[in-house]
Amino acid sequence: MANRSLVSITDYSREKILQILEKAEAFEKNPNQQILNGKVIATLFFEPSTRTRLSFETAVNRLGGRVIGFSDASTTSGTKGETLKDTIIMVSNYADLIVMRNPIEGAARYASEVSSVPVVNAGDGANQHPTQTMLDLYSIKKTQGRLEDLKICMVGDLKYGRTVHSLIQAMSHFNPTFSFIAPKELELPEEYKLFCKEHNIPFEEHTELNEANIADADILYMTRVQKERFTDLFEYEKVRNVYTLRNKLLENTKPNLRILHPLPRVNEIDYDVDNNEKAYYFQQAKNGVYARQAVICDLLGL
Amino acid sequence: MKVAALRNGTVIDHIPSEKLFQVITILELDGVTNQVTFGYNLESKKLGKKAIIKVSDKYLSQDEVNKIAILAPMAKINIIKEYEVAEKMQLQLPDEIIGVIKCKNPKCITNNEPMSTKFRAIDKTKGLFKCHYCERIVEGENVVII
Repeated sequence: MANRSLVSITDYSREKILQILEKAEAFEKNPNQQILNGKVIATLFFEPSTRTRLSFETAVNRLGGRVIGFSDASTTSGTKGETLKDTIIMVSNYADLIVMRNPIEGAARYASEVSSVPVVNAGDGANQHPTQTMLDLYSIKKTQGRLEDLKICMVGDLKYGRTVHSLIQAMSHFNPTFSFIAPKELELPEEYKLFCKEHNIPFEEHTELNEANIADADILYMTRVQKERFTDLFEYEKVRNVYTLRNKLLENTKPNLRILHPLPRVNEIDYDVDNNEKAYYFQQAKNGVYARQAVICDLLGL
Repeated sequence: MKVAALRNGTVIDHIPSEKLFQVITILELDGVTNQVTFGYNLESKKLGKKAIIKVSDKYLSQDEVNKIAILAPMAKINIIKEYEVAEKMQLQLPDEIIGVIKCKNPKCITNNEPMSTKFRAIDKTKGLFKCHYCERIVEGENVVII
């Protein structure tokens, strides 16, 4: 059984996180190498994704590895009733490492238990997406020069946003201060507030995205407020406009502030922000390639 | 009365009434041939209504006792030998609970694959259990037994 898998961000210690980030930095300097020459990486996407799958495949291709897999579960034997266990055992006979996205929560943990090769969780429903967190951390470190003692302001859907939850857990190693800005309907779940209290992490909560609430932030982590989360569409319309980030709002923010977003963005960041030097979300997505190169090579012991 | 006359066996007392049938299920008492007595909705100062189970000629393993701890942490378990209390067994929540608790998350892998569930007791005093797979937390009183 493989014990070298990355399923949840909590699988990584502080030291491990720093080690992977250092590795990612080396890959950014030199992303085209032949380290994965002769290796076969399986990308099993039981659910659609653009960024994650393409960035994993780019990461492997740039390191000379080969990719097998699927991006549509309807083309697999799962539709014939094959269990995940059987699919994973079979693929682990073919490939050196499995990257999997699955809408079923806990699927990645289970896959890592039945697979004979390492498994990387590329998202299991609303649960975990640890490589996203690694690229978020990489982006924070790169733009701020450090991870310690930063004020991270998280905006939008803090209730269902798994990237938010994982980032809170990962940043807890680095003495952060959090500010959570969300409408009442989408506020951070109690268990994560409790997590902050238990780890002595100071946090504030606001329901409005305004100049005062982001004035001292180092990182503005925006998330998408999803229409389908609201039972009352009138409420959604009200909230939607309140949680849109516009250039004007950024005028008095700190010079080192950078705006992150796991993407896809819909309307929560106005297009006029794209040219602001504080906008970092597209570079952030690019960093995903280096972070994933680092994770894959680490799991393969390279 | 036969209830009082347990010569050898186990008495499980102070079970919250609403948990009685779940306790019967996890101990698989519905399949035994031993003499078993249930008391249901008995008056209790501590619990309001309590239930009691007396099983002749059966002694619980620590594993079975631990399962009871998930459902009824206040329960008292006495081993009876020759009409006397020979031993009081301590309830202790296990760290890891395999195949007992059902995950309430319909999107959890354990509800979508033929496999065992696995929970970790993350807070034994509050009775909080975390699904090893989908990482959701359930509270003791909301636990559903498979």
